[in-house]
Formats: sequence, structure tokens, C-alpha cells
Amino acid sequence: MSASAGQPLLKVRDLKVHFRTGSKGPFRKPTFVHAVDGVSFDVPKGTTFGIVGESGSGKSTTALAIMRLAPITGGTIDLAGARLSEAEGNELLALRRKAQIIFQDPYSSLSPRMRAGAIVREPLDLMDVGAPEDRDRRVADLFGKVGLRAEQQALFPHQFSGGQRQRIGVARALASQPDLIVCDEPVSALDVAIQAQILNLLRALQREFELTYLFISHDLAVVQYICDEIAVMYLGEIVEQADRISLFKRPLHPYTWALLSAVPSAASKRRGRRRVSLEGDPPSPIDLPPGCRFAGRCPFAEDICRAEAPARREIFPKHWVSCHRVGDDGVPPHRTVPLSNGPAEP
Amino acid sequence: MPAADDSSTLLEVRNLQVDFRTRHGIAHVLDGIEFSLSKGEILGIVGESGCGKSMTALAIMGLIPSPPGKVAGGEIVYRGENLLKASKERMRRIRGNRISMIFQEPMTALNPVFTVGDQIAESIVLHQGLTRRAALDRAVELLREVHIPAPERRIGEYPHQLSGGMRQRIMIAIALACEPDILIADEPTTALDVTVQAQVFDLLLELQQDRDMAIVMITHDMGVIAEMTGRVLVMYAGRIIETAAVDDLLQNPQHPYTRGLIACVPQLSDEPEAERAALMEIPGVVPPLTELGVGCAFEPRCGFRMPVCVQSRPSPVAAGAGHSAACWLMEEGDRP
Repeated sequence: MSASAGQPLLKVRDLKVHFRTGSKGPFRKPTFVHAVDGVSFDVPKGTTFGIVGESGSGKSTTALAIMRLAPITGGTIDLAGARLSEAEGNELLALRRKAQIIFQDPYSSLSPRMRAGAIVREPLDLMDVGAPEDRDRRVADLFGKVGLRAEQQALFPHQFSGGQRQRIGVARALASQPDLIVCDEPVSALDVAIQAQILNLLRALQREFELTYLFISHDLAVVQYICDEIAVMYLGEIVEQADRISLFKRPLHPYTWALLSAVPSAASKRRGRRRVSLEGDPPSPIDLPPGCRFAGRCPFAEDICRAEAPARREIFPKHWVSCHRVGDDGVPPHRTVPLSNGPAEP
Repeated sequence: MPAADDSSTLLEVRNLQVDFRTRHGIAHVLDGIEFSLSKGEILGIVGESGCGKSMTALAIMGLIPSPPGKVAGGEIVYRGENLLKASKERMRRIRGNRISMIFQEPMTALNPVFTVGDQIAESIVLHQGLTRRAALDRAVELLREVHIPAPERRIGEYPHQLSGGMRQRIMIAIALACEPDILIADEPTTALDVTVQAQVFDLLLELQQDRDMAIVMITHDMGVIAEMTGRVLVMYAGRIIETAAVDDLLQNPQHPYTRGLIACVPQLSDEPEAERAALMEIPGVVPPLTELGVGCAFEPRCGFRMPVCVQSRPSPVAAGAGHSAACWLMEEGDRP
């Protein structure tokens, strides 16, 4: 999984997705949901970029915008050197061959009236991939690649288990030989024992085809396992971004730190540690507070946090954070709070 | 976790059998379930979907849908009384009063057309005979206890006005309204964000300690088991295949299925390794319960299968104090 030098495969700059909401009328002031609000990142070819966050953080909307399935309010998306965010018509169709998506729920993302083989074949026909006479062989080949038997093409989705259905979803995504696969919570709906099968499959396919993944998840353990670089999103913004080693070794943003401490774990090293309790729920992405969006729940917030939005800073090489309270020397505000015992008060 | 002494035993389940009639024949959804629950204990039940975790909870609550389901045998003894022999009227007095349950999906478990105050008061009026006004006052108190801000205002609101975490707190408040001895929590935080899950766990632990209430925690997440429970039952295909104190189970799992459940999930680490090994997989899926043979139900998925595993079903064998597992490898003496 070596990152090839030069241009990244996917380049996202200042991406914004705002949805208008509330009752519409000529005299009403429009309100907007700032689902994604100025997100930038690069994904080198052959690597996995993770976006992690809670519900409402904008992680799935970011994924949908990159698939051009959500309206883009501002910013740019470049895929393999082409301006994906502004492509229309045939150009967009051609670019869509290069980017495919695997959805969360294998029960609702496969048509119940189509046979498994037809589901995988459909993108080949729609996008006119390869010669028509070769497509049957290609579908059979894809079934083998994802660990299904070729004769299972004749079955309908309800005849498969959840894990097998997700394998069909993976085969469909692979069909057009894309460079980028967006994985939107691909294992969240699966039983624990089945998750490992799909994660191992995704890693094996990545090595074989030099695939690039954008991996969306709320599960930090899964993200740590599968991603090379990770962005933590909160209310439409990336608050921290780093490689998988640095992020978990020295989380800088208090939100990342609180998220990590909240994950229940069976690992002996983490047992018995203190959970950091964040008060309340994330605020609504409609009426965003001025200043840092996390300030209302942050145990370390000061006046400046409520007044001024923090700038993104590179604290360690390729480890960025947007937080006023992190020192330039890399000392986070939670540095002095022990996680093993005692209350988590600052 | 010390062995439960008899005086503190609240609930004892003995050889519980539950059958469901299906198109494909009789399914033994619970087969010989045995465990006991002591005052103030947190017991975990873990396994994949379809293993019988929720069915065990429903059986204790007397809520097995019948037909197609049927309790075919065994006893559920609560404070000396066999609940399986209790009348419907008697069960109504126990359910929601002495034994309460919270469900996975707080969105669907609450009634959308009643205020949360009314839904909490309902059970207080029914079980404790208070007037509606007194019950609503008690509801405000309960909301305060589950840390809901501005409870006087909240009791007049409807479920859709609340966040997921708030709704689960309302569910907990309803379950606690009559100060139950036992709270059964069926995947109570699966639908919640991880920071909200942490809040709900803190609340449950606080309530368990303050009230000496026993909790049965049903989950598929070994992390939740590790953080919340004292003793654990591992279920597979309607049977208990391993039981142990939580630390013993995590450090010294005996059954290949338990080992698989622990190893197949990536573990969050503060110092992730640069090299990542493939995750351990449990191949295949839980078999249909109508198609179980005479052998061990886990045999088709097991990496340690032996000829004996197909021929007959293993019985629980002791593997230390309070630890037992049902696997032929235990009998052979050479463990996986």
C-alpha cells in the first residue's frame, strides 16, 4: 500500500454542502443546515482515508457529495486530475466509472427483484464497460473475487445472508474497475462475527487492485484497523486529522480524546479506564454557535473558544488540529487529566 | 465475583425450553437455559443475532408470542415463585413493576401520541395506585434521576421532540418507575452515538449501585460486556455454550466460539502497530434452528472440529471456579 508520489487520487478543497430547510415562503428568512462546512483533504492512490464522527457530523454527506449524490454548495472535488465537482453529462458518467460506493445496509441497497448476477452486471451494461460478450465472464470472475460461487448468480438477494449480501455490494462496486471506492459504514449493519470477513475482504481487494478507499464509520476500532489516515468530523468540520498511528497515540482535540475514551473495549490495557462524559448532544447544524463548534460540550472551553473559530494548525508532521487550547508544542488541554482514575474534570 | 449465596439469589432459570413452530418444523429457540441472578449483580448475555439472547429476556418477562412460540419446559423462579406457573394477572403485576425491560430502539418503543410524562405515569398509576397528578410529580422526580435537564418542561413533550439519548433515558425512567429488582437491558445503546452510550452506561451503573438493582445486559459487543458486566453467559443457537466471570472469560476463553467473538473484532489501541494482521474470522453464519443435528451446533463453523462433534452434543464442563464451557475439546483435555 505504498502511496505513489505526485498528485493524490482524490483532492477535496473547502467542500460545502448546505441544505435549505424549514418552511419556504417569499417572506421567510431561509435557514440552512450546514451539513458539510469547509472540508479539505487529499487521498493518495492505494490508501484508505477514514472519516469518523457521530451522527450529524456530516461524514456521510461528505461521501455522498464525492459520489455527486448530494448537492455541492461550494468547494471543489478532483478525482484523478479531473474536476469531479463541476462535471456534467457524459463527463460525469465517465468519472462515475472511476468512483463507486458500498452502502451500509445490504438489506435495502440491493433490489429484491433482481438476481444477484444481474445486480453485479448492471453497472457493466450501464457504463458500457468491456465488450458485451465478455461481461458474463467478468461477473463470474467478480463473484469469485468476493468469495461467492459463480452459480450463486441465479439467486435473489433474500436467499443470501447479510454478509453475503454485502459481498454482492462489493462485487457491484468493483464491476466498473473503479479507482476509488467510497465505503459508507460498510460493516455497521453486519453481525460482529461477519464484520471481520468483510474487513479482511476489503483489505485483500485493495492489495490486489491497488484500490483507494474513502471509509466512513462511527466505529473507531474499525477505523483504526483499516485506515491509513483519519479525519475526525464534528458538526460539518474536520477538527483533527492524522495518520492512524499519530491520531491514536496522541489525540490532540478534546473531542477526539473524549470519543476515544468513550469506546467500550475488551482489550486488557484499556479496561477500567475512566470514560470522559461529554454533557448533552451535539448542537443543531442549523443554528451554529460562533467560535468553536465543540465549545458548548468541551470541558476545556475558554472565552476565546466561544468567540473565535479556531484555525487549522499542523502540530506534528501531517497531524492537524483545529483547537485554541492545543499548544504549538503539541500539548493538548487534556494532557493533565488522568484517564485511569479520578474524575475527568479539568 | 464471589459465588452467589442462596439468600441473595433473585432469579433462577432452570432448564428453560422454548419452541417455535415454523414452516420448516419446530425450532428449539432456547434449549436448556440455566442461570441464576443475584441482587445487585450485572449479568451479561452475549452472542450473534439469532442465538436466543432476546428470547431469554422475553421468556423472563412472560412475553413469548404464543402462538407460534411456546415455553416447552423448565422453570423461571423469581423470589421462590415459578413465573411460568403464574397467572396472566399475576405476571402483569410483576412485569414493569418488579422486573422491567428496556429495548434497543427507543424510537419505536415509545408511543408517539402520548407525552413522555403520561407514558411514565401510566406504569406508576397501574402498579402503585397513585393518582395521575401524584404520578406525574413522581415522573418529574424520575426524569431528574436519569439526569434530564428541565424535567418539568420535558414531561409535557412528545418523543419526537427528544434526541435519541434523551429517549433512551425516558425508557430507563419508565423501567425504573416502580423500583424494580431486575432491569433487563436488551442492546440498550446500539442505536446511540458512542459519547451518548457512555452517558447511558454511567447512568445504569449509578442506578445499579444506588438501588442494589440487578441488571441483565444483552449485547453483541464484547467491549460492552467488558466494561459493564460481572458475569457473562455466551449463547449460541439457543444454548449457553460458556459461562464465566467477565475477567476470566476475556483472559481465558475456553469455547472456540467465545475465542472467535473476542478475536474477530478489531480492538482500539493507544499504540497501534504499523503492521496489521488479518482479523480472525468465524466462517459461515448461525445455522437455522430447525436444521440443528444431534451434534454441536457450532461444529460447521469450528476450526477445531473432531468426529465426536457431529455425533453428539457436548455438555458443560467446569473450567475453574464459576467457569464452564460446553465443548468436546474440554473433555479431551487438550484445549484450543
